[in-house]
Amino acid sequence: MIDYNAIMNERVRSLKPSGIRKFFDLMADMNDGTAISLGIGEPDFVTPWHIREAGIYSLEQGYTKYTPNAGMKRLREEIAKYLVRRFDLRYDPNGEIFVTVGGSEAIDLCVRALCGPGDEAIIPVPSFVCYGPIVTMSGATPVYIETKAENEFRLTADELRAAITPRTKLVVLPFPNNPTGGIMERADLEAIAEVLRGTQIMILSDEIYSELSYGVHHTSPANIPELYERTLVVNGFSKAYAMTGWRMGYVCGPKELLGQMVKIHQYGIMSAPTTSQYAAIEALKNGDEDIEKMRESYDFRRRLMLSRLRDAGLECFEPKGAFYMFPCIKSTGLSSDEFCTRFLQEYKVAVIPGTAFGDGGEGFVRMCYAASVRDIEEAMDRLAEFVRKVKNERESN
Amino acid sequence: MTSILKLLEEDARYTAKELAEMTGKSEPEVREIVEKLEKDHVINGYTALIDWDRTDVETVTAFIEVKITPQRDDGFDRIAERIYQYDEVESLYLMSGAFDFAVIVEGKTLKEVSQFVSLKLAPIEGVISTATHFIMKRYKDNHIMFKSETEQEERVLFV
Repeated sequence: MIDYNAIMNERVRSLKPSGIRKFFDLMADMNDGTAISLGIGEPDFVTPWHIREAGIYSLEQGYTKYTPNAGMKRLREEIAKYLVRRFDLRYDPNGEIFVTVGGSEAIDLCVRALCGPGDEAIIPVPSFVCYGPIVTMSGATPVYIETKAENEFRLTADELRAAITPRTKLVVLPFPNNPTGGIMERADLEAIAEVLRGTQIMILSDEIYSELSYGVHHTSPANIPELYERTLVVNGFSKAYAMTGWRMGYVCGPKELLGQMVKIHQYGIMSAPTTSQYAAIEALKNGDEDIEKMRESYDFRRRLMLSRLRDAGLECFEPKGAFYMFPCIKSTGLSSDEFCTRFLQEYKVAVIPGTAFGDGGEGFVRMCYAASVRDIEEAMDRLAEFVRKVKNERESN
Repeated sequence: MTSILKLLEEDARYTAKELAEMTGKSEPEVREIVEKLEKDHVINGYTALIDWDRTDVETVTAFIEVKITPQRDDGFDRIAERIYQYDEVESLYLMSGAFDFAVIVEGKTLKEVSQFVSLKLAPIEGVISTATHFIMKRYKDNHIMFKSETEQEERVLFV
């Protein structure tokens, strides 16, 4: 008999499964159609038709073979043009950009190429669930910084300075942020630049939500001249073009690093899906208007949910990016986990406890507003009732 | 203003409160804007998009190409007025190309619609010819697809 537990790679075994799963299992049990999910972090749009059609057409033409490891040249060229057009970022399509299987693979590659045993990677939390486990898998140690609601969940220079040690290899900047909706503006990034000056520390900037910024234009660390050489920009098509299932992402940065990273990609992945690459070219060439349309629609719903959250008596800072609200639920006296479990069981609305996104998330919950207006309103009505009920319970105790 | 129009085009049932919340304006402001849009005929009405095929009500819709002789001084407008006054006419457009008017006509039966064409529409002075095409199925109307939602079966949960 093989003892599977004993043969398992210790790093893999040490990973905790995602804390979000439980709520969807609970929700699946309430299969009566009245449950509302504000849990999944994914656009509620279908990929625009002209983009889907480009994928279909490529299949009709028989474009079903591998592409170059770094992705098709035409796609890399379109990415380069797009980055200049929309974010004033300049990268050479030959060597400074390569195409990955979603932003997730790009994150994995950056970490694996840079981090190893003995290294530390700084990760602001709350943030997307993948950074810590990927760092752990590389053998390095994740060092978490809890961003604060009073700072609008930005990473401050002081917090960063305090976390840096001689072993620090990498700082993850996950902005616009999932789950808080926090962003970093130019001044914030310039302060970060000052802290990193003279060090060998690299930045992994996960900008997958860069197109979903409201009222402010997204600034990348790579827009700060001093940070350009130490930044790896990760972006992709999932959020901007509602293309989550196509698994299309890319990474940009110094040639020397990408040249090494592409080796991991070459051996582990070979090349990103060909059909998706053709669709991605169409998205970049003719999709700017789709981005605007979807962003405007999210923005309407962002304002609606924020207004209803505050009506319901929950404190919430105005998120400037992504499509999440991250209200504070401390006034209810419940923990994040209790709040989400009871809200789901008693009012049939699924939201995610902030703790699923790291320790700094206790006292908060994530609600995704990429849902229909009617669902948001119904969920917020139920929320108001739930909050009232919980507060009454507290007072009568 | 444009954002209010876009929202109402998406769902005419949005209340002033909802519109105010979504656009960041105050409710009285929104009311004022909508009233003005109505007064200026930018907004000309509110209606539900109904798929009658899913009810037991029998309806027939036809798309009719109409060729006319434009009238001195009035051009097409005078004849258009004579056509669109009929309740049976759902929509009327002036077209470029091989014919002049596109008329959408609704009736209970094929017979009712053809009688409308032969007895009311064709005899109007200035109408040279008509070609009637019956609509067999409505797939999409006003950006709304007339079908049941299809959901992908299984989706990832932790993002």
